[in-house]
Amino acid sequence: MDRQWAKLESMPRTLFEKIWDAHVVAAPTGQSALLYIDLHLVHEVTSPQAFDGLRANGRRVRQPLRTVATVDHNIPTTPRGLPIADAIAAKQIEALQNNCREFGVPLFDMDSAEQGIVHVIGPELGITLPGMTIVCGDSHTSTHGAFGSLAFGIGTSEVEHVLATQCLPQNKPKTMQILVRGNLAEGVTAKDLALGIIGRIGTDGATGYVIEYAGDAVRALSMEGRMTLCNMSIEAGARAGLIAPDETTFAYVDGRRFAPKGKDWEEALASWRTLASDAGAQFDRVIQIDAAALAPFVTWGTNPGMVVAVNARVPELTSFAQEGDRRAAEQALAYMGLEPGMPIENIAVDRVFIGSCTNSRIEDLRSAARVAKGQHVSPKVRAMVVPGSQAIKHAAEKEGLHRIFLDAGFEWRESGCSMCLGMNPDILQPGERCASTSNRNFEGRQGRGGRTHLVSPMMAAAAAIAGHFTDIRNWQFR
Amino acid sequence: MQPFRKHTGIVVPLDKVNVDTDQIIPKQFLKRIERTGFGRFLFYDWRFSGDGKESGTKTGDFVLDAPRYAGASILVAGKNFGCGSSREHAVWALADFGFRVVIASSFADIFANNSLKNGLLTVRLSDEQVAEIIRRSKQIANYRLSVDLEALRLDDGQGFEAKFTMDEFSRHCLLNGLDDIGLTLQHEAEIAAYEAKHPVPSEMEIDMKTILAR
Repeated sequence: MDRQWAKLESMPRTLFEKIWDAHVVAAPTGQSALLYIDLHLVHEVTSPQAFDGLRANGRRVRQPLRTVATVDHNIPTTPRGLPIADAIAAKQIEALQNNCREFGVPLFDMDSAEQGIVHVIGPELGITLPGMTIVCGDSHTSTHGAFGSLAFGIGTSEVEHVLATQCLPQNKPKTMQILVRGNLAEGVTAKDLALGIIGRIGTDGATGYVIEYAGDAVRALSMEGRMTLCNMSIEAGARAGLIAPDETTFAYVDGRRFAPKGKDWEEALASWRTLASDAGAQFDRVIQIDAAALAPFVTWGTNPGMVVAVNARVPELTSFAQEGDRRAAEQALAYMGLEPGMPIENIAVDRVFIGSCTNSRIEDLRSAARVAKGQHVSPKVRAMVVPGSQAIKHAAEKEGLHRIFLDAGFEWRESGCSMCLGMNPDILQPGERCASTSNRNFEGRQGRGGRTHLVSPMMAAAAAIAGHFTDIRNWQFR
Repeated sequence: MQPFRKHTGIVVPLDKVNVDTDQIIPKQFLKRIERTGFGRFLFYDWRFSGDGKESGTKTGDFVLDAPRYAGASILVAGKNFGCGSSREHAVWALADFGFRVVIASSFADIFANNSLKNGLLTVRLSDEQVAEIIRRSKQIANYRLSVDLEALRLDDGQGFEAKFTMDEFSRHCLLNGLDDIGLTLQHEAEIAAYEAKHPVPSEMEIDMKTILAR
C-alpha cells in the first residue's frame, strides 16, 4: 500500500491534477469526489433561490468568510446616486443585500468603492490566489484560472450546495493542453488568441476538459491578457481554463488588499512556485497553436466559434462540411443580416461596447484609449466604455483615459456587466449591429434582434471611429 | 428532488445545433427571485413576438407550439445543447414547461449538472441516433419514446431502441431523487478535518470582518 502510494506521488502530474488532489476532502467508492472550495463568489442573479433553499432546510452558510458577494449583472451603469428604475432588478439586489446580512456574507454593494464585475474584483482585491478552487454561479468564473487556480461556473443548486457545505461533488474532468508557440503580432491580443482557439476547436471543442494554456505566447501575456484568455475557455465548452503562475502572476498579486503579507506571503510564494505541470505529465489531449499565424478576429455569426480574421470575408456556406453546421451558419447569417463572401471590413456598426469580464480591465481601457486618442467616434455610432470595477474606473480617470474617451465621443459609465448580457437598461435595439469586447454573440444576447460581433478592445475602438470594422494593424495612432 | 425512473412521452424535435441557454431562457427573465414559473418564458424570443417583455404575443410558428407536439415531455436537439451561460433558470424553464428528458448528441457541462439537480434527464446518443429520432418525431404523428433510467435504454415501440450511459452515482441520485447536500453533509467529519488543516487565511478573515461590520 505504502509503496503504491509513493509511486502515485512520484508520478508526474498536471497543474490541474495538483490542485484537484490538494482539494479532495473525500472520495467515497462509487460516488463523485468531494472537492473543497476555497472561494465562493456570489452575485445577485444566480443566488436568491440558493439562499431560499438554505432557509427552507434550516441550513446556514458554512464559511461566510470564504464567500464574497457583489452586485454586477443587473445594475444600471448610470451615475450611482440615481434610483434603479427597474423594480424587478431592484428587488433582486435587495434580496442579495438581505441574504448577505442574514447569513453574514461580506457584500461589496452598489455604493462601495470595491464594487465591480465579480470576475474583475476577485483578482484586483487579491481574493483570487494561485492554487485555489473557486466557484461562482456564473460561467465566466473560468477567468480566475489565469492565476493558476481551478475556477469554474456552477448553477444555482450547486451555489446552494457550496453555501451549505463549502464542498462540491465533482467528476474529474479530462485535461487538455493548448500550447501556443511563437509570439502574437502587434495588434493581435489575448482576445484574438481566445477567438482563434475557439474558431479552431469549436464551441464544444473542450467540453468535458480543463484546459491548461502554455507556451511562449501565453507566458508573454500580462495578467489582464491571461484573464481574457481564461475567461473565454467556457466559450470552447471547457470546464475551466488555467495558466501556471509565474513571476508575472506573483508581481500582480503582491501587495493587493486581501493577498498574504509578510511571512505568509513568503510561505504562499514557496507553495505557489510548485504549481506547474511536471515534466512528462500526460494530458488527455494536446493542441498546438502558431501564435504568429493569428490575426485580429471578428465574429460573423451567432456563436464565438463563428469567427474569421478582420481582413477575411464572411464564409461561403459551401465551406461547411457538416450539414448541421451549414444550416446553423445559414441561420446565423440570416439573423446577422450578412451575405456570404462579404468582406468583414465592409460591415458597418451602429453601436460599440467596451466592457465585460472579458475586456474591461485597465490594460483593455488603455489599449482602446490609445486607438481613440485624438480621434472622433463616427456620427453614425453610439459607443460606450464600461469599466469592470469602480477601482478600474478611478485608476483610468487618474490616468486621464476618461478624457480621451469623452473627447472622442465615447460614453464613460459606471461599472457592471452592462451590455455584455443586457440585463440592465444597456441593450441593443432590434437590428442594431454592435462591435463588442464581450464574450458571447448569441442571438438576442445584447438585446432582442441585436447583432453582436466579438472583437478586442482595440478593434472595437477602431470600429467606433471608422464606423465599420477595420484592421487595427493598419491604424494610424495619433 | 423529483426522482426519475421511467418516463414515456411525446417527443418534440428542435433540429438545431449549439442551442445556448440564452435562447432557452432570455436574460430579461433572470431577474425573478423565484424558482418556479419559468416555463412560460421558455425559448421566449423564438416563440413570442413583441419587445421581449412578459407580455409578448405567441407567434405560433415555433415547433413547441405546433398542435401535434402539444403536451410533449421529451425534447430532442442537436449537439452541444445548453451551451453558454450557467443559468439554472434554463433547466427550471424546461422542467416547468413539462419536459422530463432532453436527448442530444452532446450537452454543455454546466447544463448537464444543473439538469441532474432538478430531475431532468439528459440522454446522450450518437449523432445518427439523434437524427433518427428527429426524423421519426417529424414524420410519425404522436411519436412517443419510453425512457428507462434503470435499464439505461429507450425505445419507441416501433422498431427504434437505443442504450445510453450515465455515471453510476448520478444515476443513483436521479433514480432516488436524492438531496445531494444531505449526502455531502454525511462527510461532516472529513470536511471539518480538512478545514482544521486549511483555515481561512488571516488577511482574508480580518479584512472581511471589517466589511461585514460596516
